Amino acid sequence: MNKPLRRIAIFCGLLILALLIRDNYLQYLKADQLATEKDNRRVSIERYANPRGDIIVDGNPITGSVVSKSGDFKYKRTYKDGAMWSPVTGYSSQAFGASQLESIEDGILTGNDDRLFFRNTLDMITGKPKLGGNVVTTLNAAAQKAAFSGLKAQGGKGAVVALEPSTGKILALASYPSYDPSSFAGNSTGTDSKNWNKLQKKNDPSDPMLNRALRETYPPGSTFKLVTAAAALENGLYKSADEATDSPQPYTLPDTTRELKNEGSIQCKNVPLREALRISCNTVFGHIGAQLGKDKMLAEAEKFGFNAEQFTPVRSSASVFPKEMDRPQTALSSIGQFDTAATPLQMAMVASAVADDGKLMKPYMVDELQSSNLDPVEKTQPQEMSRPLSPANAQVLQSMMETVVKQGTGTKAQIPGVTVGGKTGTAQHGVANSANPYAWFVSYAKLPDGSSPVAVAVVIEDESANRDDISGGGLAAPIAKNVMEAVIQSKK
Amino acid sequence: MSSTTNSPTHHTSTIGAIGAPSRRNTELALLVFAVAIPVFAYANVGLAINNSVPAGLLSYGLGLGLLAGVAHLAVRKFAPYADPLLLPLATLLNGLGLVVIWRLDQSKLLQSLPHFAAAAPRQLLYSALGIGMFAAVLIFLKDHRVLQRYTYISMFSALVLLILPLVPGLGANIYGAKIWINIPGLGSLQPGEFAKIVLAIFFAGYLMVKRDALALASRRFMGLYLPRGRDLGPILVVWAISILILVFETDLGTSLLFFGMFVIMLYVATERTSWIVFGLLMSAVGAVGVASFEPHVKSRVASWLDPMKEFTLSRQGVAGHSEQLQQALWAFGSGGTLGTGLGQGHSDLIRFAANSDFILATFGEELGLAGIMAILLIYGLIVERGVRTALAARDPFGKLLAVGLSGAFALQVFVVAGGVMGLIPLTGMTMPFVAYGGSSVLANWALIGILIRISDTARRPAPAPATNPDAEMTQVVRPS
Repeated sequence: MNKPLRRIAIFCGLLILALLIRDNYLQYLKADQLATEKDNRRVSIERYANPRGDIIVDGNPITGSVVSKSGDFKYKRTYKDGAMWSPVTGYSSQAFGASQLESIEDGILTGNDDRLFFRNTLDMITGKPKLGGNVVTTLNAAAQKAAFSGLKAQGGKGAVVALEPSTGKILALASYPSYDPSSFAGNSTGTDSKNWNKLQKKNDPSDPMLNRALRETYPPGSTFKLVTAAAALENGLYKSADEATDSPQPYTLPDTTRELKNEGSIQCKNVPLREALRISCNTVFGHIGAQLGKDKMLAEAEKFGFNAEQFTPVRSSASVFPKEMDRPQTALSSIGQFDTAATPLQMAMVASAVADDGKLMKPYMVDELQSSNLDPVEKTQPQEMSRPLSPANAQVLQSMMETVVKQGTGTKAQIPGVTVGGKTGTAQHGVANSANPYAWFVSYAKLPDGSSPVAVAVVIEDESANRDDISGGGLAAPIAKNVMEAVIQSKK
Repeated sequence: MSSTTNSPTHHTSTIGAIGAPSRRNTELALLVFAVAIPVFAYANVGLAINNSVPAGLLSYGLGLGLLAGVAHLAVRKFAPYADPLLLPLATLLNGLGLVVIWRLDQSKLLQSLPHFAAAAPRQLLYSALGIGMFAAVLIFLKDHRVLQRYTYISMFSALVLLILPLVPGLGANIYGAKIWINIPGLGSLQPGEFAKIVLAIFFAGYLMVKRDALALASRRFMGLYLPRGRDLGPILVVWAISILILVFETDLGTSLLFFGMFVIMLYVATERTSWIVFGLLMSAVGAVGVASFEPHVKSRVASWLDPMKEFTLSRQGVAGHSEQLQQALWAFGSGGTLGTGLGQGHSDLIRFAANSDFILATFGEELGLAGIMAILLIYGLIVERGVRTALAARDPFGKLLAVGLSGAFALQVFVVAGGVMGLIPLTGMTMPFVAYGGSSVLANWALIGILIRISDTARRPAPAPATNPDAEMTQVVRPS
């Protein structure tokens, strides 16, 4: 019986060999794939095993980490003034993942980024725990506070974006109503899930989790006249702010019998550009749009950043200047109506380009990425995006905008000792303009030395206010003024 | 000339050539390692989880040492020529199993599950009982050939053991497999584990008697020896019983184990390859047939083919699906080559049965590919020492019993480890010695005890041929 016994010995050996081969397949060949599959909870456990790096504003962290009391995820994210900063930070939740900066810079914040590999290896050898790096933002705490408290005092939905025109740094990025990402940072089904569900749009019609500064597009209304004025100057339709324009009143939209009206009883026939911007003549700018035509208007709008998403690196929605239009639609689009729509970031970019003598800088909010020991990993360099205006034409537009603040619709944005240029807007929307209009104000401040530290765009929708009371000058301009003042104060 | 003076010592050492060294001291030295390794592993787990050496380290070390010592003394006294590797290998596996079961007891996740109870103290008790069983086998089974007398009683007992889980009120359906019985006051028992040994005794006894009929009375057809119809009877009966186990107890593993063991023993007894071919064909037909209509077996196969889908369905709350296999695969993958280190993995995510059927996944995650290969090789060594014992055995019953038990052991390791690693569909059996479970520990210690008994008989020096005073007077008696 020994011959079959030897064969059985070989057979048993083959069984063990099959197991060994399978194990090598699982634990060697497929190991990395299995270990990093997203449903493998170890990935999440590992992710929350160490305190996350911080997001930093003006040298102070606006985030933190605490040890959570229950569950297998060790560290939980905390936020300081979460509601104020959430449009910047986004959220990082054990249960609901991450968004915006928390998501985009996740590699740095968790310490898993390849650029931190050397540091991590050193820490591993010296027995230190793996720590996340920091994300240093360009934001200005005082400006953000002014923006958020202004929106909060106003009480309606709205957003504020402030930029530094010379670099494109985002100084303020506020949205209201907002949410505190701390409230659902953990993964308890009791509190965290309840808070998360409460914030969802279907449960809260005011949609607090929408980042209105970047992700909502509003009809820009009269503030779009800045783009139309820039197109008129750039295309040589008019050379200066003070020459009389060819502007009929009453003005019938081309190819139609419909009359384009001005607000109230203002006198707009053949007024120069400066006056047309000061009193916000629809007829003048509508006519300019129709004269220049769709293509020239589109080209100018796209130079300002329309029809493209911006990556700050948090993505903003693309603002819209329609590509397919007939002549009357082009006229309407040129005064910020029809399908024209802009994010608050977009209108801040318009003001910023004008203030920076026609140069548009790419907006960004991450100044520097640091390793856990504060060594720089990556520093963002300001980048020119486009030149929508020549310096001469930019200065013409600046003087027009300054007139608006000195003696036009934007007087509430005046700051003593500082030159302020701005433009108000009251955008109508809804079917037959039935909904409440949006109040816009875009502006920039210029110091006596000629430098411009800040450009800002404010938009407010106030459902409770009387329709006639809403105007960019009344509601939005004071907030813009406070934000600009905060930036100027912090520069001193 | 000195060489020639030495040579007579070689020639006269004929008695020494018969009597192999007993190797008891080798066994003792190996046992020291088999106890020391789990003790270090235990300290390692404590340091990793609580940053301190576990308080029970001394008593655990002493306990395991004591058990190993008792087993060793029993072997030294009652089976002095036994194979020196079997006991240390089994002790090492048992000790490591205890450590990992204790490690899983520390998991907060498992502690939060309903019906959680610390398993390590009970497993320690089972191990003590197991060693007691081992010693009892050595003490009371002086000669394994005695078992031959109980061939048909064994058959009857095996059938009873297999049917017990189906008896209403006694059997328990735990997560789909009906392989348990509840004994009030004692807890649950897996009679299949014991049936494995009893069946091996029956097969060995039966085949020893029938081997010639099965081997010789056959026709040759296409290079295969076809058995006569009536000789097909026994294999058909065993096959039918296996299929019945599969259908009624929905346990693919046990079914495969018994049928495989029978085919192995039949092949060894008859030396006919045709039996292997028949066996493979029949098990393929049976397995495919049952898997295509029995829902529990069917779902096990589906889960094996696409564990990720099973995981998703389970997460969606669809009844009858389990994420365990996918969790086990992730545990293996996350362990990688060297593992996370004892106490530092997350195999508790497997939740139910993490310390029994799926315990290998914890080894995989925390000791890595290296650890699993070592564990598998230890199992391989036990099996090969068992087959070696069969080779050395002088009586056919001993040979058959030893190869049956070793083959069953190898099949069980393959079926369980292959199931947990996704090589074959998952079945409800436990890794011998390392998995939590009283029946398994007791039965496997008994199995090692029988192997040690057979190997002792096989390696025992033949009694010195006594000079027969009547030798010269022996005469050939011729019929007149």
